[in-house]
Amino acid sequence: MSARWGMVIDLDRCTGCQACVVACQSENNVPINTEEIFHQRRAIEWIRVERYWEGEYPNVKARYIPIPCMHCAQAPCESVCPVYATYQTTQGINMQVYNRCIGTRYCAVNCPWHVRFFNYWEPRWPESLKQQLNPNVGVRSRGIMEKCTFCIQRIVRTQQEASLEDREVEDGEFTTACAQACPTDAIVFGDLDNPESRVAQMVEQTDRGYQLMGGLGTDPAVLYLKKIDPDAPEQEDYH
Amino acid sequence: MQERHPLRGEAITRELLRPLTQTPMVFWIAVIILGAVLTAFAFAVGWMFYWGLGTTGLNTPVFWGFMITNFVFWIGISHAGVMISAILRLTQAEWRRPVTRAAEVMTIFSLMTAMLFPFLHTGRPWRTVYWVFPYDFERGVWPDPRGPLVWDPAAVFTYLTGSTLFLYTTLIPDMALLRDRSTGWRKTVYTILALGWRGNERQWKLQLVAGILLSALILPVFVSVHSIVSWDFAVSLIPVWHASIFAPYFVIGAVHSGVSAVITLMALMRWLFGFHNYLREEHFDSIGRLLIVVATGWIWFFLLDIIFAMFTRDPRELEVMHQRIFEWPYALLLAFIFVFAYIIPVPVWMFRKFRRNIKIMFWTSLMVNVGMWAERYWLILPGLERKFEFTFMWSWYRPSIVELTLIFGSFALVTMLLLLFSKIFPPVAVWEEKEGVNFAQDIQVGKRTVHATIREE
Repeated sequence: MSARWGMVIDLDRCTGCQACVVACQSENNVPINTEEIFHQRRAIEWIRVERYWEGEYPNVKARYIPIPCMHCAQAPCESVCPVYATYQTTQGINMQVYNRCIGTRYCAVNCPWHVRFFNYWEPRWPESLKQQLNPNVGVRSRGIMEKCTFCIQRIVRTQQEASLEDREVEDGEFTTACAQACPTDAIVFGDLDNPESRVAQMVEQTDRGYQLMGGLGTDPAVLYLKKIDPDAPEQEDYH
Repeated sequence: MQERHPLRGEAITRELLRPLTQTPMVFWIAVIILGAVLTAFAFAVGWMFYWGLGTTGLNTPVFWGFMITNFVFWIGISHAGVMISAILRLTQAEWRRPVTRAAEVMTIFSLMTAMLFPFLHTGRPWRTVYWVFPYDFERGVWPDPRGPLVWDPAAVFTYLTGSTLFLYTTLIPDMALLRDRSTGWRKTVYTILALGWRGNERQWKLQLVAGILLSALILPVFVSVHSIVSWDFAVSLIPVWHASIFAPYFVIGAVHSGVSAVITLMALMRWLFGFHNYLREEHFDSIGRLLIVVATGWIWFFLLDIIFAMFTRDPRELEVMHQRIFEWPYALLLAFIFVFAYIIPVPVWMFRKFRRNIKIMFWTSLMVNVGMWAERYWLILPGLERKFEFTFMWSWYRPSIVELTLIFGSFALVTMLLLLFSKIFPPVAVWEEKEGVNFAQDIQVGKRTVHATIREE
């Protein structure tokens, strides 16, 4: 089955509600980021919502931008790993092989989007949440990197079901946890190679699209749609 | 210009072998203190392995910190060995003779210590051993040669192998000397190490050729090792790391810190073993003059690095440069680096009187290395703390007590290994010293007597 998975994030729809973050944490068995972990600045958030303030009081605007892994076609994190623990799948996903990872952290150092996370501690869950762990996703030990996988477990399961039924995967048959949880439908996930898919059509039709730090030439698979804001000051191109 | 200190063969042997036979009280005190530090080091390593890298001060996105800084520092120190022995041997600088052995040994021990750090620094060191060193022929899963973290161990281990062979070649005649003068189990050990050396003409010739060949072969490695260490940073996308000048800049910085460390070591050896007849003021004088050139070269590259960053006019590059030049605490650190590694030592070395003062040379060389350690930190950290424009993710770094223990431990480790080495092998090459005496001649030029050296071509 061929596909190139991609995502469109419409910043005009994003309200910064963090539902995607919570959905991702529970889908992918990401350890609980306690207050102490945040103070250590070692929080693991495969997708995070960055908040920026714009303007001076009282005319302040909060700007939100959800940042998952960009799944670059030319990923800077891949070529620096000494043991091939991170590589590009044939479906355009930047994968992390947990068993192979030795934790040099070079991939994270070389990632301009800060979307690779290191397990500084052994992951822990409170007793009440232990039954909540997703059985389709492994729990990562300390000492290795982890990152957004575009919910690979969902992709694989859907593709297996489709191949058993001898058909192609239909667009919208499944989506990632973050896209599923988004109340405003700001995140759209799908196959960029399928011209019928919603994500491919959005990429095709939009005039607001941009790649986050696309100027670095890594060809991210995540396309952002600019916020529609008539009052916004003209921004200098910062690539 | 060599100054003449006529010494007889037997006196040289007896004096230079003294550290092997006599153990001053200072030695034991040093061993006890270093042993205590090393115990703390071992405990810190165990603690870190047991609890994970959470015990360090590292965070997101400052994934590299003190341990990587220390790795670069010790790789830098290791450059002294080849600088002193190989280059000065090929250029036939006579003053190298009493220094070579110590410099080569320091190369080997500092390389070993340096390589310890990337290993400790990985998240799962047991896997590092498992995945990286025995290549996985069975399953065909190979290390990725695109990444500098594969080039790096390749370069360092080549250098380590080359330096060890080089050191061993120069040790053989001394091993034979010790074999002839020792008894018991020591004699057995030295007999094996001497490889049947009899000191006949053919053996000397082979030893000479091997020494010259190895020093010539090691020279490219000398340049490549620190270039490749610099590429660990330079091939990444991080602003201010991503600089083409990094390779020569790191190499010259390495020579600067390495040769300074040799001075520190020479002063210590002179004090501890009483080698006043061998590590003479003229040697400190020559090496001081060499250092003026090296230090000035280093500061030139240091400034070029900043100028090149401005040359790109890349806003990210300029932001981080601004941070590390003008903002607290990096501005203070920068001043510290300048003062310690250049502004104080170099003018001091300008004066012959100071170059011949062992105490001054000792303290200035120590200052250089404090400055150079800070320089490595200054180069590595700011780029990580403010990597790219996501201000939301900007961070800072404060080393933990575990990391500090590891750093102090690495210094204790190198010192301890050097001390133990001096109990088993002569810390100054006896045969080189004698060869120097044999080659030396007085030539009458008019009314003056000039010291000259005969060389065998």
